[in-house]
Amino acid sequence: MLSFLFFYLAGVTVISSLLVISLRNIVYSVLALLVAFIHIAGLYLLLNAEFIAAIQIVVYAGAILIFYLFGVMFFSTNLKAKVIHHQYPIAIIIGLFILGEFIVAIYSSTFSMNRGEYTVQKIAEAGNTETIGMLLYGVYLLPVEIASLILLVAMIGAIFLAKRELKT
Amino acid sequence: MFGGYLPSNYLPIVVFIIIAIAFGAGTIVAGYLVRPKKTYPEKLSPYESGMKPFSDARTPFPMRYYIIAMLFVLFDIEVVFLYPWAVVFNKIGLYGLIEMMLFIAILLVGYFYAWKKGALEWD
Repeated sequence: MLSFLFFYLAGVTVISSLLVISLRNIVYSVLALLVAFIHIAGLYLLLNAEFIAAIQIVVYAGAILIFYLFGVMFFSTNLKAKVIHHQYPIAIIIGLFILGEFIVAIYSSTFSMNRGEYTVQKIAEAGNTETIGMLLYGVYLLPVEIASLILLVAMIGAIFLAKRELKT
Repeated sequence: MFGGYLPSNYLPIVVFIIIAIAFGAGTIVAGYLVRPKKTYPEKLSPYESGMKPFSDARTPFPMRYYIIAMLFVLFDIEVVFLYPWAVVFNKIGLYGLIEMMLFIAILLVGYFYAWKKGALEWD
């Protein structure tokens, strides 16, 4: 049952990701991306990462996808672009390079059978979100504040880039 | 192999999604089967409050929508950080409160920057 669910979710993710890059109408690509995002949320759920799954839907499928859709409408007047662009030989070379890197990384790493401190049962007892909250605002205090700084940089950067348009 | 723990308490959500898809697809299929198929250009044109469509909808949007979308995404992520904080607030107490005040203060700088630069104004 579990492996059936995994292969369904992973398969649909791969197929819809391929559709994202191959569909002619770019709005359809964005919709295929929505399907991919929701199935990735399902994969997170299979890993018992409930909070991440919910965030995947709220932030990716909710906010970032809308942002992509807007982005598509801002920056491209030619919405029915060619399926394969002229950069494809470079794209294939880089893609194969990254794939090879993944294969080497997977085969050269050894998976330790020792379970960490936070097992599935322990997290289920304490609650998924509670565990994340305790860790984020306890041990990982500094990364959280750095995340806030990164958000600030993104905000100022976006406004700075669009400032020229705002003045007019 | 894949973790080994099936999150079975999410079964109602799966059932809900299946019912939602079946309802959506079912009504479209039923409509397709029952409706009379007499079409003419006027009937097939997009309907929007009785106005005639005067141009293609796929035109570039003003830049302001981009800023609003960007700010929405960033504050949405801020809320993502607030949620686990609110869940464990009882356990972390004053320490957590100060930490979150610092977090929000940093983002407030960006908010005031956006405000000052007129990113929130519409014309």
